[in-house]
Amino acid sequence: MATRESAKSGKAAEKGNGDGASPAEVVQAEEIGFGEIKHDLPDEETCRTVLSKMMLIRRFEERAGEMYAKAKIGGFLHLCIGEEATVVGATQALQETDYLMSTYREHGQALARGTHPNAVMAELFGREDGCSRGRGGSMHLFDWDKRFLGGYGIVGGSLPLSAGVALACDYMETEDAILSMMGDGATNQGTFGETMNLAALWQLPVVFLIINNQFGMGTALHRHSAVTDLSKKSEGFGVPGTRCDGMDVLDVHSVVTEALKHAREDRRPQLVEAVTYRYRGHSMADPEEYRTKEEVEEWRERDPIRAFSDRLVDEGILKEDEVEKLDQEAVEAVDESVRFADESPFPDLDSLYDEVYVFDSDVPAWWTVDERSPEVHRGEREREAGKLPHELAEMGAAYAGVGDREARERRAPKGEQEDEAGDEEPSAEGEAEAKGEADTGGEEASGEGEPGSEEPSEEGGAD
Amino acid sequence: MPTMRYREALNQALREEMEADENVFVMGEDIGVFQGAFKVTQGLLEDFGEKRVRDTPISENTIVGMGVGSAMIGLRPVVEIMTINFSLLAMDQIVNHAAAIRYMFGGQVKVPIVIRMPQGAGHQLGPTHSHCLEAFFLHVPGLLVAVPSTPADAKGLLKAAIKDDNPVVFIEHETLYGQRGEVPENGGPMRFGEAAIRREGEDVTVIGISRMAITAQKAAEKLADEHEIDAEVIDPRTLRPLDLDTILESVKKTNRAVIVEEGWPHGGVGANLAALIQEQAFDWLDAPVQRVTGADVPMPYSKPLEQAAFPHEEHVVQAAIATFRDI
Repeated sequence: MATRESAKSGKAAEKGNGDGASPAEVVQAEEIGFGEIKHDLPDEETCRTVLSKMMLIRRFEERAGEMYAKAKIGGFLHLCIGEEATVVGATQALQETDYLMSTYREHGQALARGTHPNAVMAELFGREDGCSRGRGGSMHLFDWDKRFLGGYGIVGGSLPLSAGVALACDYMETEDAILSMMGDGATNQGTFGETMNLAALWQLPVVFLIINNQFGMGTALHRHSAVTDLSKKSEGFGVPGTRCDGMDVLDVHSVVTEALKHAREDRRPQLVEAVTYRYRGHSMADPEEYRTKEEVEEWRERDPIRAFSDRLVDEGILKEDEVEKLDQEAVEAVDESVRFADESPFPDLDSLYDEVYVFDSDVPAWWTVDERSPEVHRGEREREAGKLPHELAEMGAAYAGVGDREARERRAPKGEQEDEAGDEEPSAEGEAEAKGEADTGGEEASGEGEPGSEEPSEEGGAD
Repeated sequence: MPTMRYREALNQALREEMEADENVFVMGEDIGVFQGAFKVTQGLLEDFGEKRVRDTPISENTIVGMGVGSAMIGLRPVVEIMTINFSLLAMDQIVNHAAAIRYMFGGQVKVPIVIRMPQGAGHQLGPTHSHCLEAFFLHVPGLLVAVPSTPADAKGLLKAAIKDDNPVVFIEHETLYGQRGEVPENGGPMRFGEAAIRREGEDVTVIGISRMAITAQKAAEKLADEHEIDAEVIDPRTLRPLDLDTILESVKKTNRAVIVEEGWPHGGVGANLAALIQEQAFDWLDAPVQRVTGADVPMPYSKPLEQAAFPHEEHVVQAAIATFRDI
């Protein structure tokens, strides 16, 4: 229970993790053996790859946070700092033709799978060159070529999708499998049980990975799940579970590799729980009143990147300056991604209706309401609609602070420029102020679960 | 032309498309061994086997989600939801994923799934199995929505739905499964977005949705016989895309419109259609657009109450007559 003092001071319970249970106890840290050496190092090349991927993710996330503060990024931004070993260890276990699905905390997954940092940063910036053409944003990265089938904004929502992909892999008689990631909070969703049951029943080649960062948004593990050993939650449905040390890239890799082997070769879906910790808030607008600084510090001691790089130096695989150099390369790649994203254009307003439907020669063209009406209805067929809908779209974009007037004028077709809705455009200062409020918790009050609430819609309404 | 029942026409469409493309498969609750709650999938298990005719547990959200996932990498699933009320359990996957995935991922994937479900009152199935919820799906960009009322349309539109690369919500009607009608032999897929004029007329346009297209036709006969009103009856057949042209042309000819639907009045198909008509044919209207809808209540079980809660011919007749009053 919360102590009187902490209640008075308006802080959460003294020990941070909800009502008195220490996080180490809840996740049975001793049993997992954080910090212990569990596996031999792989070859030097692999060590370098793994370390530089983790470094790239760390630097990318740090910079993304800065860009959010500068209002280059809108909406919600969920950083995975602290979870790099889980992300990289798991994705390294995939074969090239395997599929990956993830949650909305998925910048790291995209980078680890090989999506160019430029495309990821451009997506966060809402630009045309983003990996989802600016339509998805931070929570909805996607890269078909890398078989990264998306980040999903609905907790537990991607679980059925991933089982469906596994069904298709099986149906088409391939040897492909899918790694389906979720957070600890998703294990309480109905889709968790439904999907485990069907995956086991139909013997699908899928591995579920719970990235247990010990909080469902701001609710500590033992306050949201009656069973805190999450690897047990699937067993009653016929999906065996294994736990691993999510701060140890080699342990995650080893356990996920084994799980994928079972899923692929024996057609027995598996579940892996990687116990890890996120060092930053749930999203950028998180005052983190549900945990203490000491608790975060305790986990920072187990930093997965430092632990791995220290070991590489200790065992003589890399020298200090080589580690430094890898980190420098990560910083440079991230710098370049910011430059790239900043220069990438916002999506053309004429593309607003692109990709709502599939059009091809076999299928008659479907417009949103009616393709053959003599008059164009407001809000339909925007690219052919003439001035009025275009102006409305421009006004909406201006209201949301998308781009600057000059840039939009350059993009606008000739002859449609004179009626710019410039007076609707908020000043750059106004934007920065609004963003500043969000950073100090303005958004939190409205609740993460309500993307339509006032704060985000003003910031990122155009997306 | 051969005649067959609505359910047989659907069965034929499934069969033909499964024969034509081995990536087409069906899944749903009790569609295999049990042959389907409404026997639409009768015989498919025997002919196509368990791989392609998959009985599922009662997990609507996950069944639809798995359909979407499998469609993303190349299959063409036809998912049966036992009744439209159960589709509410799958609304997350339908709206957040089936409809949105292509758009939110910048066009990198398509989701060629068909989600079939019956709707409608008349069998005393009460407040959790009898509603008409086509307006829910009409609301969602990214979905196609079909509401066939005849065996021929059921077959032609289901074939089109399976061939289409977009997610389709295919809404059948429980009381129509046993209805017979002519179905063209070797008929191919129909086009979405083409309304049918079921009866030509000069005086008033009556637009009937799903089963109400049939109710509207019966009402039109009554209007002609008893009231000397010559009604034109239009069945839109698909709501997304909607063949607004045919409707507007008719309204511009008759200057009057009545919209008949079984669903609830607020935010219904008729509400939307009335708005489109007044936006685009206001100057041609001689009377306010009339709507005939289901009662604004959860569907009651008791037979007299149930019968009172959805439109019958007489309601449509009265609404049509109302468009001639006060002018």
